[in-house]
Amino acid sequence: MTDKSNDPNQMTGAAMIVRALIDHGVQHIFGYPGGAVLPIYDEIFQQSDVEHILVRHEQGAGHAAEGYARSTGRPGVVLVTSGPGATNMVTPLTDALMDSIPLVCITGQVPTHLIGNDAFQECDTVGITRPCTKHNWLVRDVNDLAKVLHEAFYVATTGRPGPVVVDVPKDVQFAVGTYHPPRKSDVHVSYTPRVKGDAAQIRKAVALLAAAKRPVIYSGGGVINAGPEASKLLRELVDVTGFPITSTLMGLGAYPATGKNWLGMLGMHGTYEANMTMHGCDVMLCVGARFDDRITGRTDAFSPGSKKIHIDIDPSSINKNIHVDVPIIGDAGNVLGDLLQVFKAEAKKPDIKAWWQEIAKWRARNSLAYKKSNDVILPQYAIQKLFEATRGHDTYITTEVGQHQMWAAQFFGFEEPHRWMTSGGLGTMGYGLPAALGVQVAHPDSLVIDIAGDASVQMTMQEMSTAVQFELPIKIFILNNQYMGMVRQWQQLLHGNRLSHSYSEALPDFVKLADAFGCVGIQAIKPGDLDGALKEMIKVKRPVLFDCRVAALENCFPMIPSGKAHNEMLLPAEATDEATAAAFAGGKALV
Amino acid sequence: MNQPASAYFLEERHDPNETHTLSVLVQNEPGVLARVIGLFSGRGYNIDSLTVSETESHKHLSRITIVTTGTPTVIEQIKHQLDRMIPVYRVVDMTITGRSIERELAMVKVRGRGDSRVEALRLADAFRARVIDATTESFVFEITGNSSKISQFIDLMRPLGLVEVARTGVAAIGRGPEGM
Repeated sequence: MTDKSNDPNQMTGAAMIVRALIDHGVQHIFGYPGGAVLPIYDEIFQQSDVEHILVRHEQGAGHAAEGYARSTGRPGVVLVTSGPGATNMVTPLTDALMDSIPLVCITGQVPTHLIGNDAFQECDTVGITRPCTKHNWLVRDVNDLAKVLHEAFYVATTGRPGPVVVDVPKDVQFAVGTYHPPRKSDVHVSYTPRVKGDAAQIRKAVALLAAAKRPVIYSGGGVINAGPEASKLLRELVDVTGFPITSTLMGLGAYPATGKNWLGMLGMHGTYEANMTMHGCDVMLCVGARFDDRITGRTDAFSPGSKKIHIDIDPSSINKNIHVDVPIIGDAGNVLGDLLQVFKAEAKKPDIKAWWQEIAKWRARNSLAYKKSNDVILPQYAIQKLFEATRGHDTYITTEVGQHQMWAAQFFGFEEPHRWMTSGGLGTMGYGLPAALGVQVAHPDSLVIDIAGDASVQMTMQEMSTAVQFELPIKIFILNNQYMGMVRQWQQLLHGNRLSHSYSEALPDFVKLADAFGCVGIQAIKPGDLDGALKEMIKVKRPVLFDCRVAALENCFPMIPSGKAHNEMLLPAEATDEATAAAFAGGKALV
Repeated sequence: MNQPASAYFLEERHDPNETHTLSVLVQNEPGVLARVIGLFSGRGYNIDSLTVSETESHKHLSRITIVTTGTPTVIEQIKHQLDRMIPVYRVVDMTITGRSIERELAMVKVRGRGDSRVEALRLADAFRARVIDATTESFVFEITGNSSKISQFIDLMRPLGLVEVARTGVAAIGRGPEGM
């Protein structure tokens, strides 16, 4: 036998985990200790390369890691214990899967000999997380651990990014084995995501674009995931072609909101001009978006007259909801680069002046208009004020889910990618506060604001305690209307105004709550309060709970009623009670 | 027309369904079958038949043969969804390539005396089924063929005292010298 005692690669499983984190450049992890991960926590205690952020609930760790990942482009890492630790991660894992966020989640597991015995804090973690991860592993042998960890990072961050889980039984954490640094052979040979687009398809796409009379570019979160270079290329493509561009909720910031070709967000609560442009276009270039049902409205009436080009790294996104004419499988940045090159070499800017004139007419409808008030704060106004107040700051925005999220998307202008963190696919209330934590950890000197609703924010409110402990000066800007506003809006529109359980009869006093957490509470009740209060919020270098009391019954428009097409939007100026009732009465038969 | 109000678009499309046989080559690792089956149940796809066994043990490769029914769009989705799973090497649609052989094996137990027993044996002979177990009042037949032949044989056995059937599900392979 050879003597392995001097081999620096001989170590315990727990040590391997920390070593792998360091080898993958991980600087921060989010977690919560428990019996089945204590050996790993012991290793964390004895080093200083990786900083651990202790949350108050595992779901908070997951969303914090998502915010961290989304704002940096690097994977978010989570460490939680077995059983409830793992099950509490199910929501963030599913959220990350839906929004293609790279997460590496390490879970503790009961010792291998107890697996299947209903041991204390045992659950079938790989079974439970199989449908909500891109891939997951149970490591039964310490000598497999290094390979699995390296593969986990590779799978999470390449191709269409997503969450992965590595489940490590406690005896494997204690066992001694051989570690190796990341190497190519660590990856399944069956996993080969395609990065480069097919040249012939790109040529076909360019031919369509060059001949377009009424084109539109529709971009999504895939452009953000493809890195800053992809956003740059997207901007260049818009400049070179002169085409109008809209984006999904997840894609905001890839093209700047101040850009002259920007139409605003599209979809259910998108702008009238964006949706009408989509409906009337003759060539649609979809980059890194997936024709989600909140985008398309009724699929059989979706952009009926257009040829559709779809760039996506995931072949299963092609033809899933909408049939496309020219699919291109590949990384958004890579394909955009090739496409631009071909376009510049072989095509010239098409003349689409008439199309822009038509778009100008739709723009003139001013679909985001709302009635201002001197007595109560309109939620749209609050976000406009917040946007003004944060100009010139290095700002990151997260949101919860509901009306405030849509208003934030409509009224906050994003100039850069990675600045906007929101739960798009899963629609997870409670995402924004912990996500803001994660963003602030990654960008300690930036201004990080969670635009929240009073209902959502209570779902993960406990993480304010984490913010105080780690001196993370996140700002929680709560649009407080005392309702689950989006639920109420649907009940008003579709369920005969029967507001079943969408009113919070008892809300905490958020200012006092801030005080109890040891952070700063600020309140604004009148429109006149806002400027001063916002200034104070931005100035204070501590976590803030901002209770912004807004008009209780304001609804979110414009809106594509369910079961309707893009050209059947309900605009705010037209959203009288009668018109709304009529729009939804027709819709009801179809939904 | 009285569908409930909903935030979703509920109208379904009704393209005609097709039946396809898919061969899926996977890394034989723990949970791989659960992944494949979970994909089908989670996304609401049909499994008409599923056959799985390790085929190249030195490479830890298993071959899964799935017969599924769906609209052409759904079948395309199924293939893409399978293909993007990490342990999946290849997905081949044997129905589209059109040059494949499909076989299934069944064991069919029939109980009876007298004329029906003779008739069962005679039909078994016509279908080239083998007797693999016999008592004075029963037979177990082994029959191999495509699924419709086996179903037809089972239907014929029903009035003759069919007791039970065990079917393997479909295995499929391409014609000619090339592998999948």
